[in-house]
Amino acid sequence: MTGTRATVRRSSAERRDNQRGWAWAMPTTLFLLILFIAPVILVVVMSVSKWTLLGGDTGTNFPDNFTKVLSDPLLRQSTWFTLKYTLLTTVVLMPIALGLALLVQEARRWNNILRTAILLPSALGIASASLLFYALYSPQMGPINPILARTGLMDLSSSVLGTPGGALWATVILVVWRFAGYYMLLTMVGLQAIPADVYEAARIDGANRWNTFRSITFPLLRPTIAMTMIMSITGSLLAFEQFYILTKGGPNNSTMTVVLLIYKYAFETKKDLGMAAALSVLVLIALVVLNALQLRAMGVEDEED
Amino acid sequence: MKSLSYRRLLFYVLTGLLAVIFVAPLLWAVISSVSPHAGTSQLNGVGFSNYLTLAGYGLGIGVYLKNSLVVSTVTVVTKLVLSSTGGYAFARYRFRGKRTLFVLVLSIMMVPYAALLIPLIVWMQTIHLQNSLVGVGLVLALFQLPFAVFMMRNSFAAVPKELEEAAFIDGCNSFSAFLRIMLPPVLPSLVTVGLFSFLAAWNDFMVSLYLLSMQHAPLPLALVNMRQQTMGVIDYGLTTAGVVVLTIPAGILFLALQKYYIKGFTSGAVKG
Repeated sequence: MTGTRATVRRSSAERRDNQRGWAWAMPTTLFLLILFIAPVILVVVMSVSKWTLLGGDTGTNFPDNFTKVLSDPLLRQSTWFTLKYTLLTTVVLMPIALGLALLVQEARRWNNILRTAILLPSALGIASASLLFYALYSPQMGPINPILARTGLMDLSSSVLGTPGGALWATVILVVWRFAGYYMLLTMVGLQAIPADVYEAARIDGANRWNTFRSITFPLLRPTIAMTMIMSITGSLLAFEQFYILTKGGPNNSTMTVVLLIYKYAFETKKDLGMAAALSVLVLIALVVLNALQLRAMGVEDEED
Repeated sequence: MKSLSYRRLLFYVLTGLLAVIFVAPLLWAVISSVSPHAGTSQLNGVGFSNYLTLAGYGLGIGVYLKNSLVVSTVTVVTKLVLSSTGGYAFARYRFRGKRTLFVLVLSIMMVPYAALLIPLIVWMQTIHLQNSLVGVGLVLALFQLPFAVFMMRNSFAAVPKELEEAAFIDGCNSFSAFLRIMLPPVLPSLVTVGLFSFLAAWNDFMVSLYLLSMQHAPLPLALVNMRQQTMGVIDYGLTTAGVVVLTIPAGILFLALQKYYIKGFTSGAVKG
């Protein structure tokens, strides 16, 4: 008798929980259906349709969009460039962010000032930062050109952005300037999560700074480093604004990224939304696979509920 | 003792140099924006002609700033509402399909937003949000939603259950318990979510480039367009003035709320 009543009570509590849970989750659910699920479905539909920018949907044409995209030599070129840019950015950015975090982690007056200075570029959008560096790199008024001209690397009238190598490095420098502080901040949060007594024990054992870093800080910080690295890799693979604003993909398509190519298909060279959608689907699949692999490599466990 | 202070000095010099490297581009932007001869490499003389030109550019800078503000407000409000209600549901209730829904929220992170902008050009028309600042605000809210929901869920989970149960016993309903008991302790996380969604929306360029026409341009889009319109001759002074105008509100907020989001990151990122 008591047993049944307990079951009844539990199940009514469960039902109440179920209702309330759904009620609270409803706004998010509706939002997801309208602005996430629907466009994901639509991009797949568009990728198999003949769909021009001004003409709209004029029927199915699978696999034409995909074959057109895959046979475009620009796709291969932009893929290689995107990978190169991603590798370069990550290799430069990660050690700098880690170094900065280790440098300013202790709460000292000077460190706070320093931290603020390094964080300040994070307040800029990537578009503003790109516009700013576009002016900095300009031969007309930027301070970079005269310096480079003095070293003999370039003549006064030409732009850093005028050569493929120059444009690549100029963009990497901009991105490092903009993101170093942000990744430093995330790394600092990870550093703070390392318990102080571990360091205490190492100090008592007489470990020097390098040993402490190698056998305590680095291993315990690995999840944080992995997280920032994934963010950097994913962000760089999807690079758009910095190249749209600094180089427009030039000179000679040498800094064309894959996402910039989507834009060009849709609005500039082809005005073909079907092709742009097909490339979008390819990017989407590539990123989902990459993210899944990265999550597995990180050892992220499934959510238990 | 002497060598120690020597090392200290070296430390200050090197880190000071580092600070200068990070601040210099911004400082240079401010200086060249108030230099009336900014078209040339001469940065002498101070004047606000660049700002005056900027103020009168196109539809007037007021329109672009207002557009930016509308987009940012929609994004911030949407994200605060969704991440607090959703985060609360995930932290406190067991409901059927909860796991699926949570995975779905996190999967937004896996899907690159650049890939969704193409269907959104068409989809926004279907749901009558084409060329709309509200539409852009909503799209921007979507892309940062996983981070926000995850953070709010962890923050809500860290609030002791007993507080809420006591409120229920005192006769609060689910909604008032949420407002009066649950929200105050998660304030640092809410501020963090609000700040980062504001910054993302305020600085957005890509989504507005895809979805908006020039008369609805937020300031970043207007600035990039402005640079392109003056055929051949680029007015760099105007560009740097625009960057300064864009950066000042974001910079002030970013610095003023530093304490909050560092706290928000630590309480939200570490599983409670």
